[in-house]
Amino acid sequence: MTLRETIISAPGIDASPDENQCPSNVPAYIVSREQFRDAARMMKTADARLVAEWATDESHYSSLPLPSGEREGVRGRGFGIYACYARDNEYLIVKTYTPIEDPTFPSITKKFAPAHRFERQMNSLMGVIPTGHPDLRPWIRHEDWPEDAYPLRKSFDASKPMQRVKGEYNFIKAEGEGVYEIPVGPVHAGIIEPGHFRFQAVGEDILNLEERLGYVHKGIEKRFESLSWTEGVKLAGRVSGDSTVAHSLCYCRALEAMTGCNPPERVLWLRALMLERERIANHLGDIGAIANDAAFAFLLYQFSRLREMLLRINLKLFGHRFMMDRIIPGGVIIDINSDGKNEILAEMNWLLKEFERLVVIYDENPSLEDRVRDTGILKPETAKELCVVGFTARASGRNLDCRIQNPFPPYDKIIPKVPVLNSGDVHARAWVRIEETRESIRIIREILNNLPDGQIAEPDLKSQASCPQPHRAGFAVVEGWRGEIVYWLQSDAKGEINRCMVRDPSSVNWLALEQAIHGNIVPDFPLCNKSFNQSYSGHDL
Amino acid sequence: MLRILHQIFRTGIVTEPLPAETGAAIQEIGAKLEDVIRRRFRRSLTIRAVDAGSCNGCELEIHAINNPIYNCERFGIHFTASPRFADMLLVTGPVSRNMEIALRRTYNATPNPKLVVAVGDCGCNGGIFGEGYASLGGVDKIIPVNIKIQGCPPTPVAILQGILKAIL
Repeated sequence: MTLRETIISAPGIDASPDENQCPSNVPAYIVSREQFRDAARMMKTADARLVAEWATDESHYSSLPLPSGEREGVRGRGFGIYACYARDNEYLIVKTYTPIEDPTFPSITKKFAPAHRFERQMNSLMGVIPTGHPDLRPWIRHEDWPEDAYPLRKSFDASKPMQRVKGEYNFIKAEGEGVYEIPVGPVHAGIIEPGHFRFQAVGEDILNLEERLGYVHKGIEKRFESLSWTEGVKLAGRVSGDSTVAHSLCYCRALEAMTGCNPPERVLWLRALMLERERIANHLGDIGAIANDAAFAFLLYQFSRLREMLLRINLKLFGHRFMMDRIIPGGVIIDINSDGKNEILAEMNWLLKEFERLVVIYDENPSLEDRVRDTGILKPETAKELCVVGFTARASGRNLDCRIQNPFPPYDKIIPKVPVLNSGDVHARAWVRIEETRESIRIIREILNNLPDGQIAEPDLKSQASCPQPHRAGFAVVEGWRGEIVYWLQSDAKGEINRCMVRDPSSVNWLALEQAIHGNIVPDFPLCNKSFNQSYSGHDL
Repeated sequence: MLRILHQIFRTGIVTEPLPAETGAAIQEIGAKLEDVIRRRFRRSLTIRAVDAGSCNGCELEIHAINNPIYNCERFGIHFTASPRFADMLLVTGPVSRNMEIALRRTYNATPNPKLVVAVGDCGCNGGIFGEGYASLGGVDKIIPVNIKIQGCPPTPVAILQGILKAIL
């Protein structure tokens, strides 16, 4: 039974379809507030995972006529509460409303572990209250924010700076003989993003790790609401600078779903080419960095040399080292000619040869192996429980990749062979990325050898792609190098941005680091952290 | 072990043979940098990088100046874990509200005389994030800035040039 059939036929759940949700293969069903948790239970029983949970402010919608397909009685709008579930190749959104006077809804944290943070975040930024949530400490919102500041509400004036008030964040405490605390961050030792980690340890052994993030919260989701659809893609490209291609692509795909715009085949193939180049560049950098955190600097320098060469070709052929702002709604802004094609093919030959030499060195080094094996284990059952995605999931026995489960051309023809390992340790996460690099090289060769002819951006398509109908919602997923990126866009009565929900893979995968660290020693933390390499900016938004 | 040695000799020193156009630029900036660093900083310029709210794009390019091709260490530039040892803060932005206090503390922990370089369009003026409840705009809104390096993100060469400008 599909998830759609499950929700329709569930006893006691009265689900009606929301026809404004695009694309049609990702349906949304409206349920009553009381049934929101029942729907979650059905999804849990059906073995689905929670993809994302978010809230919208739809209070200003109430004076408008009913959108078609929406029943009387579900109205009164106020805040929209959404949960997206997935199983195999199926995505499904369950939606409910909660009134402004009483913005509560049943928490689904007890069914789905990642809802724990999603709901804290919804509570912190939108001011909706998940009843039955075990821990409503603020998330992303820091303790010195004014009490009534809920930036995602429409009534909030985002243009003014906020006052600082007195407040305290209650970290989880451990007590006992010999137990001590290590606070780390937000400013870290290396050249990395800021975040705070609080360890409780005895000797070198870590008892508990608590993350506290939100330091790079720039108000991205709110910022989207003040931009036009075409400006929005630039912001999407800066949600997480290392995944600029994947984020801007995901934004464009969600927008194109809303507008019914189908870019030409060549555009789709060029986008995939950039996506795979981004994957390789990040994998190269991180495999080297993992080795470096185990004191094997040799591989860092070797891999960063390969990475640099790749970035230079990006600059030469695509006009930007990270290929920022190359993808726009309805198209791409840069094409490659046959010289460029041959240059990339030659580059791939060179890269694969160099890469394989280094992989042998990685694989045959016993002191490196000693550090990376059995370190930072994320067990497959924990990975499933936490609904993790991307290479983190694939290193812990979860066969998830939306290039396969939710493909767009050319991934319907060039099907990636995805490596899946079960050991869930630092080595597994590194090795999955080694295999993926090989696979991306293969995909790039196939893309170039079969690249369809055609235009890259037709002016009609561009304008069509950036003008959605009012009251539409669009959904898209893209497999970035970290994993599944999700965008959910909503247009308002004028057809402009009402809400842009961004879910970076890090939003769920950060939970996994806290679990993987149990039983490890403090000096191995940087190594474990690097093996996940989550985005702070993509998480904090 | 033999493989490692073989790979080292096979790779050779990659810092020299650069593509002509960027190669020349690096040599030129590098020579100037080296001279200034020798005179003014007793052969070593110590930098503390602070991400005050960036998207991580600028961090990747700051990493790149450490790679064997740009190899900033040859000019005496190196990165430190503590602001207490730093001559220069390399700050990426926009400064987020939640990082403002940490940035001020880092600045105060850096001994005088100190230099501050704002990296990237967002560090210069807030970039696409602008100024609002969560993003406070450019680095100079919070701490004094000596030099701004434009770019989204600036290339490694631009970052090296910016560092030179700050110490000249």
